[in-house]
Amino acid sequence: MNLHEYQGKEILNSFGVRIQRGIVAQNKNEAVAAAKQLTAETGTGWHVIKAQVHAGGRGKGGGVKLAKNLEQVEEIAGQIIGMNLITPQTSAEGKKVHQVLVAEDVYYPTEGGETKEFYMSVLLNRSSGRNMIMYSTEGGMDIETVAEETPHLIFTEEIDPSVGLMPFQARRVAFNLGLSGAAFKDMTKFVSALYKAYVSSDASLFEINPVLKTTDDKIMAVDAKVTIDDNALYRHRDYVDMRDLREENPIEVEAKEVGLNYVDLDGNVGCMVNGAGLAMATMDLIKQAGGEPANFLDVGGTADAKRVEEAFRIILKDPNVKAILINIFGGIVRCDRVAQGVVDAYKNMGDAIKVPIIVRLQGTNADIAKELIDNSGLDVQSAVQFQEAADKVQAVIG
Amino acid sequence: MSVLVNKDSKIIVQGFTGSEGTFHAGQMIEYGTNVVGGVTPGKGGQTHLDKPVFNTVKEAVEKVGADTTIIFVPPAFAADAIMEAADAGIKVIITITEGIPVADMITASNYIKGRDCRLVGPNCPGVITPGEAKVGIMPGFVFKKGKVGIVSKSGTLTYEAADQVVKQGLGITTAIGIGGDPIIGTTTKEAVELLINDPETECVVMIGEIGGQLEADAAQWYKESGSKKPVVGFIAGETAPAGRTMGHAGAIVGGSDDTAQAKKRIMRECGIHVVDSPATIGIKVAEVLG
Repeated sequence: MNLHEYQGKEILNSFGVRIQRGIVAQNKNEAVAAAKQLTAETGTGWHVIKAQVHAGGRGKGGGVKLAKNLEQVEEIAGQIIGMNLITPQTSAEGKKVHQVLVAEDVYYPTEGGETKEFYMSVLLNRSSGRNMIMYSTEGGMDIETVAEETPHLIFTEEIDPSVGLMPFQARRVAFNLGLSGAAFKDMTKFVSALYKAYVSSDASLFEINPVLKTTDDKIMAVDAKVTIDDNALYRHRDYVDMRDLREENPIEVEAKEVGLNYVDLDGNVGCMVNGAGLAMATMDLIKQAGGEPANFLDVGGTADAKRVEEAFRIILKDPNVKAILINIFGGIVRCDRVAQGVVDAYKNMGDAIKVPIIVRLQGTNADIAKELIDNSGLDVQSAVQFQEAADKVQAVIG
Repeated sequence: MSVLVNKDSKIIVQGFTGSEGTFHAGQMIEYGTNVVGGVTPGKGGQTHLDKPVFNTVKEAVEKVGADTTIIFVPPAFAADAIMEAADAGIKVIITITEGIPVADMITASNYIKGRDCRLVGPNCPGVITPGEAKVGIMPGFVFKKGKVGIVSKSGTLTYEAADQVVKQGLGITTAIGIGGDPIIGTTTKEAVELLINDPETECVVMIGEIGGQLEADAAQWYKESGSKKPVVGFIAGETAPAGRTMGHAGAIVGGSDDTAQAKKRIMRECGIHVVDSPATIGIKVAEVLG
């Protein structure tokens, strides 16, 4: 589950990680009130207005701006809320901004002090099965670019799960980032708190870019990209409400509600498959047959009429779909039952289905299933072999 | 010969009396698998599917000599079940459960390191040695006995591959579903190694998917081993969008090696017979076996 910056920061703050403080606002009046409150609480003169959407690169698209007075807070918040923010990580249409974070200015001057930006993330190293902290002196930049151009400036600390993050590792982070004095000490505290927050919140990704050293040597998270492990959400009921469905693809949300694993894609051939690996393989085969997959859809183990019907409805919400390929390997689930499900769903939906359908059923009772489809009188083509199905897809999309 | 499970394996089912455990244990027994009992805490002393139920894995090891387990325990308790099995001295721990929190698997995989056991899965279809033991949820009839080993991250794609191999008039030594989670026990490399070292296996089918380094590691190992046994490979997900299953920073750790295209390139460089179409796995196996 992906979170907004303001939600991620709330979680960090609850575990003692210092953050750039801010208040979320839904409209420009709330933004002004938030700015006043922040000034009262933190003494900040200027404010940073930050679009809250699930996409990186917000600054590049004009979604992060500095306001030097309350008039500017109102003006900028008014501009950003409601805009379609286009960043390198969104589609060409961009993402609609529903709310902004009004944050304190943390780049204030201090006599003789200077700011420095770092990069830090916490994530799983799949190869070792352990968590790691990845960090770099090159903060505020796209980390992939850093990895490509100056890989020697990226460091990692792998955490032994038997003991957790050790003090020497926190010190090494601070040393590698070139810190000394008060900033060094504060960084060791920051890293320890950050790792504790990661483990305690069952996160699967923390990305803090930038981590800022202020002119007066405080270390804080200025941004926060936080992803929580969906499988662990049952341990964090208070986080469940943080899900912002407006940020997710509406068809995917609907699919999830009926228990289908669906990913919306740009192509013209819809597909309905049992099992994630076979679903991906089916998408690949559609491409090789000259089409483009319109979706990934795993119907799971029980492909009965109700489920097939739900899957049809989800797939047909995409107007680009010109054909649907159903690919089921019947194991424990018998193919004839799936075929009956397809026939029943098709009949129930009446005229809603206006595109050709190719059904490939293989495994238990595949022959009976093929007969059932062929004798149904419906505009459904059947196949038994994988390649045969691909050829039929090719034929219908021309 | 075969690997991991055979007719002499003494198998218990953890989560034996639950609906999943009951259904699949029944199927396994019907297949002829040597299921010696099951574990459901609090139901020890009962009989289920004509087999004894134990409160703990340790008890099952002591009383019926269990050496292999299959886990159907719900996600919240599955990591604990894995560790209990390892602690009790079970040698092969096959975990079917899907949806175990990553943090729990970090703990479990750390716990079993250095112990004399092998974890397969989680989130996998299990392991089958045709004609001897089905320790999983796969449809047994698809897997005919033969000389081709299968290693796969996916369930139905494994059945598909086995079916294609069988339709070529060939058969399977052992099919190992290693699972699709970010943290799994037996890796692609370890599973391929087991099958390459199995004298009865003459060809290995290796099926992977996008994300992680497992297939690249296996390919590298295969090249260095100098083995003459042919390996046929397929990677699913050439058309999968980037960044949908992995976090942004996670892509960095994987480097540029975890797309389907990159994995297939590495596998080809290491001498693996890679097919681009999932419909031609069986044909390729028949071709390389001459």
